[in-house]
Amino acid sequence: MSENLLEVKNLKINFKTYAGIVQAVRGVNFEVKQGETLCIVGESGSGKSVTSNALMKLIPQPPGIYEEGQILFDGRDLVPMTEKEMTKIRGNEIAMIFQDPMTALNPTMRIGKQIMEVILKHNKNVSKADAKKRAIELIDQVGIPFPEQRFKQYPHEFSGGMRQRIVIAIALAAEPKLLIADEPTTALDVTIQAQIIELMKEIQRTSNTAIIFITHDLGVVANIADRVAVMYAGQIVEYGTANEIFYNPKHPYTWGLLGSMPDLDNDADQLLRTIPGSPPDLIHPPKGDAFAARNEYAMQIDYEQDPPMFEVSATHFAKTWLLHPDAPNVPVPEAVRKRIEGYIQKNKEAGIDLGKVGE
Amino acid sequence: MLKYILKRFVYIFIALFLIITITFFLMRLAPGSPFASEKSFPPEIEAQLNAEYGLDNPWYIQYKDYLISTAQLDFGESMKYKGRSTNDMIAESFPISLTLGVEAMILAVGLGVLFGSVAALYHNRGVDYVVTTIAVLGISVPSFILAGLLQYFLGLKLQLFPISGWNGFIYSILPATAIAVTHMGFIAKLVRSSMLEQNNSEYVKMARSKGLSKWGVLFKHSLRNALLPVVTYLAPLFAGVITGSFIVEQIFAIPGLGKYFVTSITNRDYTVIMGTTVFYSIILLLAVLIVDILYGFIDPRIKLRGGKKA
Repeated sequence: MSENLLEVKNLKINFKTYAGIVQAVRGVNFEVKQGETLCIVGESGSGKSVTSNALMKLIPQPPGIYEEGQILFDGRDLVPMTEKEMTKIRGNEIAMIFQDPMTALNPTMRIGKQIMEVILKHNKNVSKADAKKRAIELIDQVGIPFPEQRFKQYPHEFSGGMRQRIVIAIALAAEPKLLIADEPTTALDVTIQAQIIELMKEIQRTSNTAIIFITHDLGVVANIADRVAVMYAGQIVEYGTANEIFYNPKHPYTWGLLGSMPDLDNDADQLLRTIPGSPPDLIHPPKGDAFAARNEYAMQIDYEQDPPMFEVSATHFAKTWLLHPDAPNVPVPEAVRKRIEGYIQKNKEAGIDLGKVGE
Repeated sequence: MLKYILKRFVYIFIALFLIITITFFLMRLAPGSPFASEKSFPPEIEAQLNAEYGLDNPWYIQYKDYLISTAQLDFGESMKYKGRSTNDMIAESFPISLTLGVEAMILAVGLGVLFGSVAALYHNRGVDYVVTTIAVLGISVPSFILAGLLQYFLGLKLQLFPISGWNGFIYSILPATAIAVTHMGFIAKLVRSSMLEQNNSEYVKMARSKGLSKWGVLFKHSLRNALLPVVTYLAPLFAGVITGSFIVEQIFAIPGLGKYFVTSITNRDYTVIMGTTVFYSIILLLAVLIVDILYGFIDPRIKLRGGKKA
């Protein structure tokens, strides 16, 4: 169980454009264990989706370039693998759920056939009849009524939430070890979001699949994450367990994210907070800490040197100079601290034991 | 479905009626007559000829006569070539143009779709540039130049194919190629851009994430979706190609239908003009109808309904 299913080491992805080389992912490290959920959060353009697509090698080359790094899946490095070798891994061992279910299904192919395709592709011994039986089971499993009739229908005959269920059914078809969900709930309305997340948690309980969940919705993260990676400008700036990230955040960017989440329980009467400024241009990444220009706690060194990952605990790391022994002690901003206390209070009332968190 | 087709046939008849009417008046408005040639007839003979063909009647009588004979699909005798009926001329030459046209279409569509798909698959790489260059060359080189080059190199120099005439399959290869290349270029460009559009969509990425190979994604997913705009382009193309090409048929001395479209007009051969126009219109309108029905089969989201819009 403690073996890492996926280990990403110093992954760097560049894109060649007319304006120059965009460094979309700039040295990312993380690992995922069997049956664990890792959430990658960050604002738009922080490299979340590029990272997730890179894991399956779905980045078109050109213009994408795997500049550096390793993607160790089950001990094998995916980066040097050929397209042909990857077809045995995609769908079979790593499956993906996409952001927009309205466009993720082929409009001219029956739903059933789209599910059967994965089963037949990755298991040569399965007969068509068995594949059909399994596809109908899967449709049933993701909670769609009348699976037999639904099997014969086309995507346009399904609603958005239903289509996302079908996409999940396709992803599950070959019983993958790792499921990458790239903002699977962003295009859905809130009630459907909750259903889809419940479905994914259910799947994880029954099949012990590891999940990488890409999102910018911290509410979703709190709901499902075991571990959280906060990404900014193509780098992971803070990495830790869900409790550590929510109750003991160390990076000013994480403070900003937590602070900008609407919170009806703790300060409903306040205006929404934002992080000032916008993400840096990744064609010419800034010198020093990429977040420095938007960081109200930035120090001189932030503009000169890129901070290393400081270890907070064995599982918690943050990439900020504030953790350097010589740095002044900057407390968590008042508003964010109040919020965190609110969460802890609420959890105590609900009787959830958080273990040892905070300082 | 049946109701839809019936409705479309009504539209086709209305369209044909309008085409016949407009053609009739355009013919009359154009100066000249079928009997105007270098040697002028004595006026009595011209009057006799006019009477013979009913050209001395007032225009509304002539119009009525035309409508009636056209409704019976009998276009009458050619005014230029004595003793030849327009129907016979079409019946004799159309099968030749049809054979040539179908061959050219198979070449153009087959190669066009193949080239377009390959170019899209290897987008922005060497193969793509080569294919795109061939396609642009195909579009820009006129068919008469290509016909001449084919005759010279493949016919005369290499002696692989007969240079001209119409005497079996081997005779059709060069002219069919000459007709096909331009259309192939267009189809290849169209398929390429349509495929690229599909390749950017999520479902193609999804298909790749399922573990399908490049070609698997192409054949099972993107091609069918990419062909929709191509099918739209094929209807008028098909009608145009199977009714013959004046230039290519002239160069290869093929007794096809193409030349009548042009000569009938310069000769003011009223009956033949009407015959070829109506014939072409019928084929075009039917081709468009067939394409519309095909849409429903290619894309399940398109449902054909007659009567009220639902």
